[in-house]
Amino acid sequence: MGTRVFGEPVKRREDARLLTGRGRYLDDLGRDALAAAFVRSPHAHARIVDVDVSGALDVDGLVAVYTWEDLPGRVGEPLPLLIPHPALTHGRTGYPLARDVVRHVGEPVVMVVARDRYLAEDAAERIRVEYEPLPAVVGIENAERAEYLVHDDVPGNVGAVLVQETGDAAAAIDAAPHRLEFRLSIERSASTPLEGRGVYARWDADDGSLRVYSSTQASTSVRAAIAARLGLPNGKVEVVAPDVGGGFGVKIVHPWPEEVLVPWAARLLNREIKWTEDRREHFVAAAHERGQLQDVRVGFDDAGRVLGLDVRILHDHGAYTPYGIIIPIVTSTQLLGPYKIGAYRAEVVSLYTNTLIVTPYRGAGRPQGVFCMERTMDRIARHLGLDRADVRAANFIQPDEFPYDQGLTFQDGRPLIYDSGDYPELLRKVRALIGWDGFEAEREAAARRGRRIGIGVGVYVEGTGVGPYEGGHVEIDTAGRVHVSTGLTSQGQGHETVFAQIAAAELGVPIRDVHVTTGDTRRFGYAVGTFASRAAVMSGNAIALACRKVREKALRIAGEALEADPRDLEITDGSVHVRGDRSASVPLRTVAVLSNPLRYAFDDETAAATQFAVGRPATEPPVAEGDEPGLEGRGYYSPVRSTFAAGAHAAIVETDPDTAEIAILRYAVVHDCGKLVNPMVVEGQIHGGVAQGVGGALYERMVYDESGQLLNASFMDFLMPYATEVPRIETDHLETPSPLNPLGIKGAGEAGVIPVSAVIASAVEDAEGLRVEAMPLSPDALYELRERASGDPGLRVRETARAGGDGAATGGQFAAGVSGALPPSERGR
Amino acid sequence: MKPPPFRHHAPRTVDEALGMLADAPRAKVLAGGQSLIPLLNMRLAAPPDLVDINGVAELDTVHCGDEGVRVGALARHARVERSVEAAAVQPLLGRALRHVAHPVIRNRGTVVGSLAHADPAAELPAVLAVLGGTVEAASARGRRTIPAADFFTGPLESALAPGELAVAAFFPAAPPRTGTAFTETARRHGDYALSGVAAVVTLDEDLRVGAARAGYLGIAPAPLVLDLAEAAGPHGDWPAAAAYVRERIDPEPDIHASARYRRHLTGVLTERALATAAAEALRRARD
Repeated sequence: MGTRVFGEPVKRREDARLLTGRGRYLDDLGRDALAAAFVRSPHAHARIVDVDVSGALDVDGLVAVYTWEDLPGRVGEPLPLLIPHPALTHGRTGYPLARDVVRHVGEPVVMVVARDRYLAEDAAERIRVEYEPLPAVVGIENAERAEYLVHDDVPGNVGAVLVQETGDAAAAIDAAPHRLEFRLSIERSASTPLEGRGVYARWDADDGSLRVYSSTQASTSVRAAIAARLGLPNGKVEVVAPDVGGGFGVKIVHPWPEEVLVPWAARLLNREIKWTEDRREHFVAAAHERGQLQDVRVGFDDAGRVLGLDVRILHDHGAYTPYGIIIPIVTSTQLLGPYKIGAYRAEVVSLYTNTLIVTPYRGAGRPQGVFCMERTMDRIARHLGLDRADVRAANFIQPDEFPYDQGLTFQDGRPLIYDSGDYPELLRKVRALIGWDGFEAEREAAARRGRRIGIGVGVYVEGTGVGPYEGGHVEIDTAGRVHVSTGLTSQGQGHETVFAQIAAAELGVPIRDVHVTTGDTRRFGYAVGTFASRAAVMSGNAIALACRKVREKALRIAGEALEADPRDLEITDGSVHVRGDRSASVPLRTVAVLSNPLRYAFDDETAAATQFAVGRPATEPPVAEGDEPGLEGRGYYSPVRSTFAAGAHAAIVETDPDTAEIAILRYAVVHDCGKLVNPMVVEGQIHGGVAQGVGGALYERMVYDESGQLLNASFMDFLMPYATEVPRIETDHLETPSPLNPLGIKGAGEAGVIPVSAVIASAVEDAEGLRVEAMPLSPDALYELRERASGDPGLRVRETARAGGDGAATGGQFAAGVSGALPPSERGR
Repeated sequence: MKPPPFRHHAPRTVDEALGMLADAPRAKVLAGGQSLIPLLNMRLAAPPDLVDINGVAELDTVHCGDEGVRVGALARHARVERSVEAAAVQPLLGRALRHVAHPVIRNRGTVVGSLAHADPAAELPAVLAVLGGTVEAASARGRRTIPAADFFTGPLESALAPGELAVAAFFPAAPPRTGTAFTETARRHGDYALSGVAAVVTLDEDLRVGAARAGYLGIAPAPLVLDLAEAAGPHGDWPAAAAYVRERIDPEPDIHASARYRRHLTGVLTERALATAAAEALRRARD
C-alpha cells in the first residue's frame, strides 16, 4: 500500500457539504412536484365503515384522492413479509392503504395528491372517514392475556414462538448451588432520525421508466419492490438514496406503503409526486423498537459462574410483522455476550399489539439482550457479595478459545460462532479508564460532601457484517479520477471517507482523486443495505477486492507500456513505476487510456498516451479474450458468517438524594472492532451510539394510553437527549482483527448504543443501593423506587450505598441548579 | 404539519396593529412565534388572521428604572436575559430567563409573548406573578394595566380581551434587603419544568425574615403564588415552609411525572430556592 491512509483519522470528506447546508436531502429535490399527504387512522383498532371525500373536492389545487379500492392488482396487495422465519407462524402485514380494518393509530387510509403540501393537508382534513372502533390491545401483558385480538385469525396474539437452547438449562439451574429469578422490563423507543422518511417519484412516459428518490437504507431492494408491484422490469426503475439525514434502522424497512403508492400515482398521473414525512407522521407511521419483558431464571456457583440460564422474552412487535422477528432473534442470541453459559434456553414469544410496527433500531434487539445478561451478572455479584467486574471475568470466553461456538443460530441463519476477541483485556482497559478499583474511596469522599455516586459496567458482543453480500465497483477514468461505487446506502456515517480511504490505500492513489457513490441503482445494482453494522465490513471489503482487480489490470497494462514485469511494479501517488525507482512511470490516467483500444483524441491524456505504443499483434483481436476495455473492476464480498465485535462500557453517575435526578458524571468506552479504517469515524459512531443509549436509559419511551393513542408524538414530549444530557465520552480501542475478511475489520455502527441501559442501570443501582429492573429510569421512577424500597427491604442491594439524603444544602451536581446561588462557571447542567 | 390558510397582516405601528385587531377580532398576534407557529403547523389553532407585530419598532423596548423593568412586546428573551441594567434592577428576571427553552428560541421568542400565551408551565408568568408585576394592554378602545394576579386566568388563558394587544410588561424592582432565586427541575435542559420555583425573600432591619413569597410553575393551572413568611417564621425555617407548600399544592400528573413526585419535588425546590434567596438577601443587607 503506497499511500498511508488506511487506519488514519482522516477528516470526514462529506462534512463540508453536510455542515454548510449543501447536502441534498429528499425534500430538497422535486421543487415543482405535486405533494402527497395521507389521512391516517386516529384509532388504534377500528373497522372502516365509510370514506367520504366529497368535502375535499372543492379544495383548490387538489389533484387526486385514493383509497384502497382504487389500488389495482399487486399495488393493493398486502405489503411483503421481508424476512420469513419458520417460527413466525402467524406473520401479518398491512395494506398500502388500509382495507376494512385499521390496527394502529397512524395507519394510512386515504392518499391525497395536491399542488403542494399545504393544500394536500387542507384536503386531507376535509375527508371524513367513519370508523367503528374495536377494542385495542395495548401493552405486552394485555397482548399476552389476549382478551381481545389484534388479528382475528391470530390466536393469543402470538405471531411467533422461538426457542433457542444449548444443553438442559432447567436441569442445570435446578442443580446449581445458587438460583435467582426475576423480571426485567425495557420500554419502547424509536430511531427518530432528524430527517423522516420521504419518497419522490417521476415517471418518464417516453422512456417508460421510473426514477424514484427515497430516504432509504436499501435502495436496490426498494427498486426491486417497486418494479414488482408496478409490473416493471428492474431495468426501468432507478432508485436513488440522496443525502439521508439519519436512518438508525427505521429506513431499512421496505417497501413502505408510501414507497409503493407515490411511484404508482406518479405513473398514473404522469406527474412528479413527492411525499415528505413530517415529524408527527414519523412518530405514528414509521416504526418503533425495544419494548420487551424478560423473565429470567439463573443458576450459578460460588464463583459466580453461570451454570444455567433460562430467559422467557415477551416481545411486542406491534400491529404487523413486515420485518419478521429479527429483533427477538438477535436478543435471544446476543444475550449471551462474551460469556460461556453452562446451559441456555431462551423462549421468545412475539406478540401483536394495536401499536406501531416494531422493526430494528440501532442495536436491533441487542440492548435488550445485554440489559438482561448484565443485570443478571450484577444480581449474581450482589447475591454472592463479589465484585461485579470479577463475576463477569469469571464467565468470560478466553482469548485462546476462538473461534468460539455458542451453539445457537444467529440472525443470518448461520451458526453463532465468534471469530475473535479479547474480553479480559477489554474489561481490564475499561476498569483502568474509569478507575474502577479506586472507586470506593471516591464514593466515600463524595458521601462526605453529601453527594451520592455509583459506578456501573457492562460488556457486550455484537455480531456485525451479516451477509449475504455486498459489491463494489471501481473505475479509473482518463483524467485519473477514481470512481468507487457500492450499492448500499449512507445516512451520514462517513462512508464517503472510509471507502475512499480503503480505495486510496489499495490503489496507491491520493484520496482526493477518489469519488464515492453509494445507494444509487444507476451506479450499482446489487446490494443488500445498510444495517447490522455491516457497511464497512461488507462494502469495505468488496471495494478492496474490486480495487485489487483494477490494480492488477493497471500493473499488467503498465508493465507492457514500461516493458517491465508487473510483479516488479507498484503504484505511488497515482503513478505506476518499478518498485523503488520512480524515474520511469506511467500515470494511472494514461493506463486508463491504454486500457481502451478505441482512442479518439478527445483530450490531452489520449494524445499523451501515444508514446506508450502498446499494440497487440495483428493476428490477435484488439481486446483479448477474457479481457474488457476500460480500467475498472467489480468485486463482491460474501462472508461465511458474521464477525463479532465487542466492547466494555463503564459509567459513574450521581443521583440527587432529594430530587431523584440522575446525572452521568463520566462515561468510558473500550471498543474492539478489529482493524480500524478510521479511528475518528469510529469514535464518532460510538459517540452517537452512546447518545442514543443515554436516551434509552434515562429519557425515551413511547407513552401509549390504554386506547392506543401515542401521547408523546412530538419532540417536545418524546425526550431525545440534547447535547446537554450526553456526557463527555472517554474512549479507548482494542484491535483484534477478524480472520474472516481481507481487511480484518468488524462493524462499529451500533456499538455505542448497545450496553448503555445496562451500564446506567448498574451505576444507578450502585449509587442508590436499590435494585433497578426497568429502563428508562426517570427521576419520577427513581423516586417511586425509593418509596417502594422504604417499605420493602428486598429491593435493597447494598446498605452502605446510601449517602447524603437530607437538607437543602447538598453540594452536588443538582443544588447548582439554583441560579441565584452560584456564578455560571460553577453551575452544573 | 402545515398551517391551514390565514391572512397575514404586517402593521408598522401600534395604532395600525390595534386597528387590524379591531377589524379581525379572532386574529392572533404573532411576535416570536415560538408557541404559535407550532400550534398552527399542527393545526391545533386555526385563526383566520395573524397580526404580525415584528415590524412594529416602537414595541422593541426594554426600560430599566428605579421602579422596575418595563419590557416592550417585541423585546426578545435574549435581550432581556443579557441586559446588565435589568439584572441590576430585578435579577430574578434574568435568572428565570436562562431556564426558558434554548438560546435559539430565546433569540426569537418574546417576554411579553410568553406572558400572553399564559402557559402555566412557563417561567415568566410565575416570575411576573411572584413579583406582583403588571401587563399593559391596548386596544382601539384604550389602554389598561392588568395586575399579574388578574392576568393569568387559566391554562393558556389570560385576561386579554379580543382586539387587545399586550404592549408591555412591568417587573417591579427588588426592595432593599431582598434576595431572589429561581430553580426548576426539567427532564432535559430547557424543557418545560416538572416543577419550578421563583422565590423572593426580604429581610427586616433586624435581618429576620420579613417577607417570603414563592411563585410556582408547572404545578397548577395558572402561576401560583404562596406567601411563606408565616410558615418559615422569622428565622427562616425553610423545611417548614416546604412542608407547608406540599400541603397546599395539588399538582396534576402527566406523562413525565406523577402528582406525588411533583408534590415532593416542589417541596425540595421551595426549600432550596428560599435558602438561596435568603442568603442573597443577607448579603445585600450587609453590603
